[in-house]
Amino acid sequence: MSNGMLEETQVIPLAEVEEVDLYHAHHWITKYVFCQDAKVIAIQYSATAILIGLVGLVLSWLMRLQLGFPEVFDFIDAESYYQYVTMHGMIMVIYLLTALFLGGFGNYLIPLMVGARDMVFPYMNMISYWVYLLAVIVLTVSFFVPGGASGAGWTLYPPQAISEGTPGIDGGIILMLVSLVLFIIGFTMGGLNYVVTVLQARARGMTLMRMPLTVWGIFVATILALLAFPALFVAGVMMLLDRVLGTSFFMPEMIVQGEMTSHENGSPLLFQHLFWFFGHPEVYIVALPAFGVVSDIISTHARKNIFGYRMMVWAIVAIGGLSFIVWAHHMYVSGMNPYFGFFFATTTLIIAVPTALKMYNWVLTLYKGNIHLSIPMLFCIAFILTFLNGGITGLFLGNVIVDIPLSDTMFVVAHFHMVMGIAPVLVIFAAIYHWFPKMSGRMLHEGWGQFHFWITFLGSYLIYFPMHYLGFVGVPRRYFEIGETAFVPPSAATLNEFITVMVLIVGFAQVVFMANIIISIFKGKPAGDNPWNATSLEWQTATTPPGHGNFGDELPVVYRWAYAYSMPGVEADFVPQNMPPGEVKRTDSATGPVAEDPPELHQ
Amino acid sequence: MVLAIVLVLLAVGSVIFHFWSPWWFTPIASNWGSMDDAINITFAITGVAYIAVILFMAYCIYKYRHREDRRADYEPENTKLEWWLTWVTAAGVVGLLTPGLIAWNDFVTVPEDAAEFEVVGSQWEWNYRLPGKDGKLGKTNIKLISDDNPFGINPKDPNARDDILIEGEDLHLPLNQPIKMLLRSVDVLHDFYVPQFRAKMDLVPGMVTFFWLTPTRTGTFDILCAELCGVGHHAMRGSVIVDDKAAYQKWLQSQKTFATLYPKAAAGIKQAAKSDAKMKTVLTANTQINEEGK
Repeated sequence: MSNGMLEETQVIPLAEVEEVDLYHAHHWITKYVFCQDAKVIAIQYSATAILIGLVGLVLSWLMRLQLGFPEVFDFIDAESYYQYVTMHGMIMVIYLLTALFLGGFGNYLIPLMVGARDMVFPYMNMISYWVYLLAVIVLTVSFFVPGGASGAGWTLYPPQAISEGTPGIDGGIILMLVSLVLFIIGFTMGGLNYVVTVLQARARGMTLMRMPLTVWGIFVATILALLAFPALFVAGVMMLLDRVLGTSFFMPEMIVQGEMTSHENGSPLLFQHLFWFFGHPEVYIVALPAFGVVSDIISTHARKNIFGYRMMVWAIVAIGGLSFIVWAHHMYVSGMNPYFGFFFATTTLIIAVPTALKMYNWVLTLYKGNIHLSIPMLFCIAFILTFLNGGITGLFLGNVIVDIPLSDTMFVVAHFHMVMGIAPVLVIFAAIYHWFPKMSGRMLHEGWGQFHFWITFLGSYLIYFPMHYLGFVGVPRRYFEIGETAFVPPSAATLNEFITVMVLIVGFAQVVFMANIIISIFKGKPAGDNPWNATSLEWQTATTPPGHGNFGDELPVVYRWAYAYSMPGVEADFVPQNMPPGEVKRTDSATGPVAEDPPELHQ
Repeated sequence: MVLAIVLVLLAVGSVIFHFWSPWWFTPIASNWGSMDDAINITFAITGVAYIAVILFMAYCIYKYRHREDRRADYEPENTKLEWWLTWVTAAGVVGLLTPGLIAWNDFVTVPEDAAEFEVVGSQWEWNYRLPGKDGKLGKTNIKLISDDNPFGINPKDPNARDDILIEGEDLHLPLNQPIKMLLRSVDVLHDFYVPQFRAKMDLVPGMVTFFWLTPTRTGTFDILCAELCGVGHHAMRGSVIVDDKAAYQKWLQSQKTFATLYPKAAAGIKQAAKSDAKMKTVLTANTQINEEGK
């Protein structure tokens, strides 16, 4: 082998990259406000996302008050109802879930979990947050402009979104679109950071196949977002041009209020394709980080390695890839060529296979484990059940012939809230209970956590499980009131009242959760460095909370995968990723060196 | 322990709710029983998986709960089991997809003897057009719409004069006759939805969309709009009445054609664009609907 290829025995030395000095803040403004430390940015992202998420939560209460008690609340009219619907959806999907999983957990966990000092572009990371904050402010301002916020539905379908008869076409929709454009700009800066950090800044020994699944989930989700958001970006810009300059990208000839508009030959369907080319991957932008987090928390609290790690990684990658060729399953009744139905139904149901495998592997991780029913674990189990339920109803809606009767009914509302509302939010709770001790150095209160868990889990199941059946009856979604019909039985009104009451109860439990966080920051039980006896690197920092630069003088060196729990022949039931093999304490009967990774990982 | 019991109760409770709750399909009134069948097949296949996974999870939570003397198993992978689960899941997916796509093939194949009916949606009302004796609908163009020609029918098309126009009245459909619904919107998206027919489809301005059905049961059914179309969306209602042949013919005889309703437009005399006055009456009418609904 002399033709320039490497000899088999030749060793390639590891590339040694000198550490670059981080910018250490000297003033409180650069330390806590315009900060470049990913962990502070993470907390800024999370706090902003949760605050605007609370606005979204209140909007959902208002909607439910109207649906549960249609003639009681005079201040809710059709116009404001549709504004609540629109803003609730947009806030929850984009400004809460996307921002919290990627900007919040991504920023906090990626550098710590891969063993990096910080994100690779800290300055850009900081700008990312401030642009996101600006996007949130612009969105919030839209409530207060003349005409109010947009009432176009969160999908913003044209022509309705920008024509007479829809609330908020004067200022609301313009601010909404500007805000989305800003969000995408901010996200792109952060997203590039996450991807490059995972690829370039991992500690020595942290191969891709040793990364915790949380990092895999966030990593792949970020790639999806970087590819999907541009579709929303162009759609937003084109709609802005239609609205402000009178172009006709999405606007056909139409007669509004008795007048022919000046638009010509635009295609409303084009917008739907662009929107869902973003919108479907968006589901996985939220779901994949949740998958990763759940895998890690289940493994840690069941004291057992995640079952089928390689399968889990490839399932994340496969789901990410497939998510780009299923978008038109949101458009089965849109009037697009019906033959598309064959293709999109098939691709959509194929996605069920890798997703189901993840589900099996979570449950099989519990099997023969040593399960601690800590609060994070409780939320993860609730997630499995909720996500299973929502995934299954996805099989209904993905199968085109089943979608036709159910599309645009309350079944759809129940489905997507179960699968991408409740399920990811349960994971967010799990993650906060799990990582709060690292972020603050203190534990959250266990009893309050139990209260929060039971109300949230059972309450949301009772809200959304029966709601599917209203869809079978034929109750359409986005109805200010159903009014008189011949087909909706009076008992449906009773069910609606019940759902509204449950919504308010679950909402109240979130107040308890917020109080738990605020009080525990100051008065929580001290947590120590590694309260859950976890293996991954974020629990092995020199100080808790970790300082700027994350690790002490030396960056960690990684010797094994993140799932070395209950290894045979090892005394402790976990071995940290960075513990040198020589330091691992063996049981008396065991001899020989400790296995590093399971051999399968290197096949 | 508590969690395991709660999971079992949730599984059992969900099954009980499914079979005994009062909320289920409205009795079907079209040929799309295949949609209900597909839903029931999906329920059977996924329901078994749902209950099985929950019960197994509850078992694990109980059986492998934390104890001081317990140590978890160490089993990174089990390739055989993983492949077995992959194939079982794939088989389930094939079981869902096959009947679904077969039925979808029927849905996209409109029978040749289907009668054409046109639905015209606008904020927030339904109007309809039926072909006259020639069996053909005349061409339309949105630019031709005026007070005197609310459907925008092209008077130069010889098929147009005898088109039957139904404005603000109930739509009647003949029993057991395959029907191709042609859907047209003059403003924003709408969706023609009759829960008992199961099938629905969007109306998209700038194009004509369609679906087909055969009414299989006489009666009066609600028409709803199922695609958000502005503040009056929830009030955009109508009624469709499925008649047997005799009753349908009787109704059809009493309907008026384009030529009789709008003789000027049908003769090709142009009019100014639709005035505000008419729209204002429409808006007022809808406000009234809103208030009546309250």
